Amino acid sequence: MFEPFMIRAVLAGLGIAMVAGPLGCFVVWRRMAYFGDTLSHAGLMGIALGLILGVDPTIGVLTTCILIGALLFSLQFQRRVPTDTLLGVLSHSALALGLIAVSTMQNIRFDLTAYLFGDILAITDADLAWIYGGGFIVLGALALLWRRLIALTVNEDISRAEGYAGTGVRLGFTVLIAITVAIAMKIVGILLVTALLIIPPAAARRLSRGPEAMTLVTIAVGSAATIAGISASFAWDFPSGAAIVAAAAAIFALSLAAGGLMRLRA
Amino acid sequence: MTGTDLSPAASLSGAVMKRNGRLVLDHVDLTVGRGEIVTVIGPNGAGKSTLLRAVLGLETLDEGTLRLAPGLRLAYLPQRYQLDHALPLSVRRILTLTHTPAEERLQAMLEELNIGRLLDTSALRLSGGELQRVMLARALLREPDLLVLDEPTQNVDATGALEIYQVVARQRARTGCSVLLVSHDLNVVMAATDRVYCLNGHICCSGKPTDVGRDRAFVALFGEAAGQTLAPYTHHHDHVHAPDGTVEGGHHDHHHDHPHGHHHPH
Repeated sequence: MFEPFMIRAVLAGLGIAMVAGPLGCFVVWRRMAYFGDTLSHAGLMGIALGLILGVDPTIGVLTTCILIGALLFSLQFQRRVPTDTLLGVLSHSALALGLIAVSTMQNIRFDLTAYLFGDILAITDADLAWIYGGGFIVLGALALLWRRLIALTVNEDISRAEGYAGTGVRLGFTVLIAITVAIAMKIVGILLVTALLIIPPAAARRLSRGPEAMTLVTIAVGSAATIAGISASFAWDFPSGAAIVAAAAAIFALSLAAGGLMRLRA
Repeated sequence: MTGTDLSPAASLSGAVMKRNGRLVLDHVDLTVGRGEIVTVIGPNGAGKSTLLRAVLGLETLDEGTLRLAPGLRLAYLPQRYQLDHALPLSVRRILTLTHTPAEERLQAMLEELNIGRLLDTSALRLSGGELQRVMLARALLREPDLLVLDEPTQNVDATGALEIYQVVARQRARTGCSVLLVSHDLNVVMAATDRVYCLNGHICCSGKPTDVGRDRAFVALFGEAAGQTLAPYTHHHDHVHAPDGTVEGGHHDHHHDHPHGHHHPH
C-alpha cells in the first residue's frame, strides 16, 4: 500500500493544501479568481520557455508567473479596458500562446496532459523540495504581511490613507500568488489550479466566523480533499488533479448543507 | 505632536485636479489648523470627497501642493465602504484594523456611540447606521492628529447625527486633534465647526459659519434658507467645552472664536 510514490503524492498534496489554503482565502476575499486563472494559464508558456532554454520547467513557470503577475499588477491602474475583460483576454491568449509554443516542440519528449491536468503520482523528490521550500517562503512572507493584507482587503482607501498598507503590500501578495500557482500546478495542472485556490475557502466560509478560523478550516478542507482525491486516484485510476478538485467540490456541497443547519440552530 | 507647533495640520494650495477632461478641483486653497474643526459643504458633484481624498494623498494633484505636518497621524472615515460577505469579520476586528487600542478605550468608545453591545458580533449583520458608528469609532480610536470624515452621519437619523458630532467635538476637546469633514447637515454640524469651506469645484467662500451664511456666493448656491440656517443659529464663545462641561482655554495661539452649539454632554 505505502509505496514511495504514494507517500510522495500525499506529502506533495498536503504541502500544497497548506500553502494554497491561506493564499486561496485571500484570492476569494479579494475577488481575484480570474487573476489566478490568468497566472496559471500563462504557466504553460513558462513550461515552453523552460524547455526551450533547457532549464527546469518549474523555474520557467515560476519566472513567467511572477512576470505576468507584475504585468497584471501594473495593468490594474489603467482605465481603458475593464479589469475582468482584460484578465479574460490575457488568460486565454496566454493559454493559446502556450499551446502553440509547446506544439512547435515535437522533438522534445513532452506530456502535455500531465501539465494541463497534473500528475501527482509522478512527483519526484525535487518536486517535493520545490513544494516545501517554496511553500515555506510563501507562508513566512504571508505571515509577515497578514494584518496589513487583511486591512487592505477590508478597505484599501483607509489602509492607504492611514499609511498602514498600500501598493507594496499588494505587489508582495501578487508575487506570493504567482509562486503558489507555479508550485500548485504540479499537482492539479494548469486548468485546475484556480479550483484548488477557490473551492476549499468557499467550503470553509460557511463554517467560520473570523479570517484566521476560515484559513485553518480551508487548510483542513484542502487536506481532506487531497487525501480523498489521491485515494480515489489510486483505487479507480482517476486523474489525480481532477479527483482532488472533485473531492473539494463535494466538501463544498456538504458545507452548504452544514452552514444551513448551523443557521437554523442559531 | 506638540501643542506649540503652529504650522497647520494640513494644507492644500492651488490644488487643481482633472479627471476625464473635467476640472474637479479648481485652484483650491484649504487649511486645517491644529485643533480646528473644518467643514466642507457644497452641492453634489462639487468635489468634496475628492478634496478629502487629495488631503489624504489618495488622489494625486495635477497642480498645486499638499502639505501635511511631519509625522501627522491620520484617520479616515470614507463616504463609501462595503463589507464583503466573502470575508467573515467581527466588529472588534474592524475596530482594530490598522491600530490596536487598549481594551478599555475600545469599550468606552463603543459605549459613547451607543453600540457597546455590538463588540463581538459579526460586522456583516450590522444595519447601515450601526456600521457607520463602528467605522467612526474605528477612526476615533486611532487617536489621530487629523481626523478626516466624509459624511460621518450618513444612514444615521437626526438625533444620531447630533450625538455623532458631539462625540467628534469631545474627541477634539480631549485630544486636541484637527478634524476635516464633509457634511450635509448644515444646522447640526455648524454648531461645532470652526471654519467652513463652501466648495463647488472652486472655493466659493470660506470662513466662520455665521459669516459664510451671509455670504452672497453661499446664498446663491444653497438658497436663502440655508444661509439663515447658519447665521442665526450660533453664538460666540472664545473657549472650548471639555467633556465634563468645564471650560478650557484655546489649545493654541490662534484664537478660538468659534461658534458653539448648546448641546454640551454632561
